[in-house]
Amino acid sequence: MKTKHTISIFTEDRIGLLNRITIIFTRRHINIESITASVTEVKGIYRYTIIVYVTKEVVEKLIGQIDKQIEVLKAFSHISADVICREIALYKIPTKGLKENELFSRTINENHATILSISGEYIVVEKTGDEQEITKLFYELEKFGVLEFVRSGKVAITKPMKTLSAYLKEIENNSNKTIKHFNNN
Amino acid sequence: MKNNTKYNTEITGAEAVILSLLEENVTDIFGYPGGAIMPIYDALYDYSKKLNHYLVRHEQGATHAAQGYSRVSGKPGVVFATSGPGATNLVTGIADAQIDSTPLVCITGQVASHLLGTDAFQETDVLGITMPVTKWNIQVTKAEDIPSALAKAFYIATSGRPGPVLVDITKDAQFGKMIYNYSKCENIRSYFPNPIANFEEVENAAALINNSLRPFILCGHGVLLSGAEKQLLEFAEKSNIPVASTLLGLSAFPPEHELYAGYLGMHGNYGPNILTNECDVLIAVGMRFDDRVTGNVSKYAKQAKVIHLEIDKSEINKIIHADVALIGDAKKTLELLMPLLLTKNRNKWLQRFKSCNEIENEKVIESARNPNTEKLLMSEVIDKLNIVSKGNAIVVTDVGQHQMITARYYKSNIPNNFVTSGGLGTMGFGLPAAIGAKVAKPNCEVVAVLGDGGFQMTIQELGTIMQSNIAVKILILNNNFLGMVRQWQQLFFDRRYSFTEMKNPDFITIAKGYGIKGQKVTDRENLVEALTTFYNSQESYLLEVVVENEENVFPMVTTGASVSEIILE
Repeated sequence: MKTKHTISIFTEDRIGLLNRITIIFTRRHINIESITASVTEVKGIYRYTIIVYVTKEVVEKLIGQIDKQIEVLKAFSHISADVICREIALYKIPTKGLKENELFSRTINENHATILSISGEYIVVEKTGDEQEITKLFYELEKFGVLEFVRSGKVAITKPMKTLSAYLKEIENNSNKTIKHFNNN
Repeated sequence: MKNNTKYNTEITGAEAVILSLLEENVTDIFGYPGGAIMPIYDALYDYSKKLNHYLVRHEQGATHAAQGYSRVSGKPGVVFATSGPGATNLVTGIADAQIDSTPLVCITGQVASHLLGTDAFQETDVLGITMPVTKWNIQVTKAEDIPSALAKAFYIATSGRPGPVLVDITKDAQFGKMIYNYSKCENIRSYFPNPIANFEEVENAAALINNSLRPFILCGHGVLLSGAEKQLLEFAEKSNIPVASTLLGLSAFPPEHELYAGYLGMHGNYGPNILTNECDVLIAVGMRFDDRVTGNVSKYAKQAKVIHLEIDKSEINKIIHADVALIGDAKKTLELLMPLLLTKNRNKWLQRFKSCNEIENEKVIESARNPNTEKLLMSEVIDKLNIVSKGNAIVVTDVGQHQMITARYYKSNIPNNFVTSGGLGTMGFGLPAAIGAKVAKPNCEVVAVLGDGGFQMTIQELGTIMQSNIAVKILILNNNFLGMVRQWQQLFFDRRYSFTEMKNPDFITIAKGYGIKGQKVTDRENLVEALTTFYNSQESYLLEVVVENEENVFPMVTTGASVSEIILE
């Protein structure tokens, strides 16, 4: 059965590595639902968060092939229950008629959104949350006219405890000896 | 870090390339010059006594030659090519090396770094193009980064599961000055090339084997790559386990040994295919369950417990579920297993293989070796080549019917003496790969067995043979067809021979044009004499054998069929 999997990949800082990783998805004809790249708490190490809808069997094969890339430190996947995910969305709404609109203020407050910027022409609303919350706010704001809407890829923190730096220390101690397991075993 | 070599004077990046190759004990390079790699070729000019450069006639030839070189010597093959078309011409060979785990270090010139991304003359995104087919690649834009990039390249290409790497060097990096300093790469923190099998799993594997009645070993390329031939032989002998070989595993196990069950897969032997579905424990050593080996996976060895010895973790459970996964080098893993193995008598099980062999002998092999057809058959030519060469030649094949026939009828006695393009099935591989094999092993006889189709895909490499005096023997089995495609058209497309008939040139005249002696044989009575002259020739020699136009390769596991449904005729 296809379900949502959050793939986290820790890598060295290398031009083109993201390309090498996305090729693995392309070859298997798998669409990437969301992708983000960021720095981590360890200097020089980067983290990609990729969301895909695939079977458990397929995600295991993907992880194997991602992990095999020379500059990938470790890749692993989690099901939704094991991750805390967030994305951010921005909504641009025309200002005209909004200033005194109580329904608009209530919508913003109830959804725990914030107003980032106000100009004579438009207001920019920001919302951080999960996928459903962001979609819900979009539908609620539609009645005011959404001029522009953009949402980021997901960032995810995994629930199992083992820090990246502890893992790095482990591989440095054991380098060239055995394959390490990190977090998801 | 060892072998730290330092020069205090400044040298160019191009010279650093050459010095780095010398540090890695490179002695031979296959390549083709061009604009963006000229500084490196200029530096090579001063080192031509230490580094032999073989000028190929097309860059694809350089990659295949480097593959042949690597496959028989165990050393990485080194390739030089220029930017743009030079680099794109490497792609087929790199892809072939990737899928067949062959270590190559390809060095390409690139336009100057300030021109990158501007569609400059002969600029192409080589990194992007080769990304899916290399184990690793890198672009170097500064002279001082050249030694470390090459050190990493050699380490990655040759360690773990070997594969091709590509180092793309911009022209300004080649011209740039630097203080040369070389340290061999021995460790990359994100890369674990030498996993060691978990001991508990080793014990589980041993218990499975010791309790089994009908164990069966599949020997793959990994056995040759890790040099585990002796360990595998001892292992099989200790517990009397039959051994079959994949296409790339051929020559790893002695073909005349009583435990040798034959060749696996689509055109393999009857016994090992059919008995895959009768064994109780399947021991896969350094192989990856290619679809040409497994046939229909949903009907493959379902009754058996599978023990998979494999260095590349991502191969575990990729195609066939492993009940026990032993992730590690084949040689080391077999050494761990050995002491736990009990001696067993398995005469009844071994007898099953013998009975299958008898059936195949009677229905296929006898008539293939000694036919009474009007024209010669490919199978009898290879059988006679086997007799003339006593199984001692390095045999390099191209791709197609002749390849399957050679795999079936040539009995390679010496490990690594059978070289073929397996995973990618690259027509045109044979001739240049044979050139590379001969360069690596000048004292061995190297025979390129080619079809009339594949030969013409890289026929230009006759020029390389001529220029560098490479005494490769070229055996063309000419059926005036793209035979394997024709066979499929006959069997599965109602004999509609769509564009598979070949009108061929006079191969002997072509060879003559390159100063290569040749002979054409059409009759059975002249075959052995011609093969003897061919084999004993001191220089390169082309023997064209005109064979039956519509010979089919059997047995065959047809597409979608199970290995147990292999057909004999």
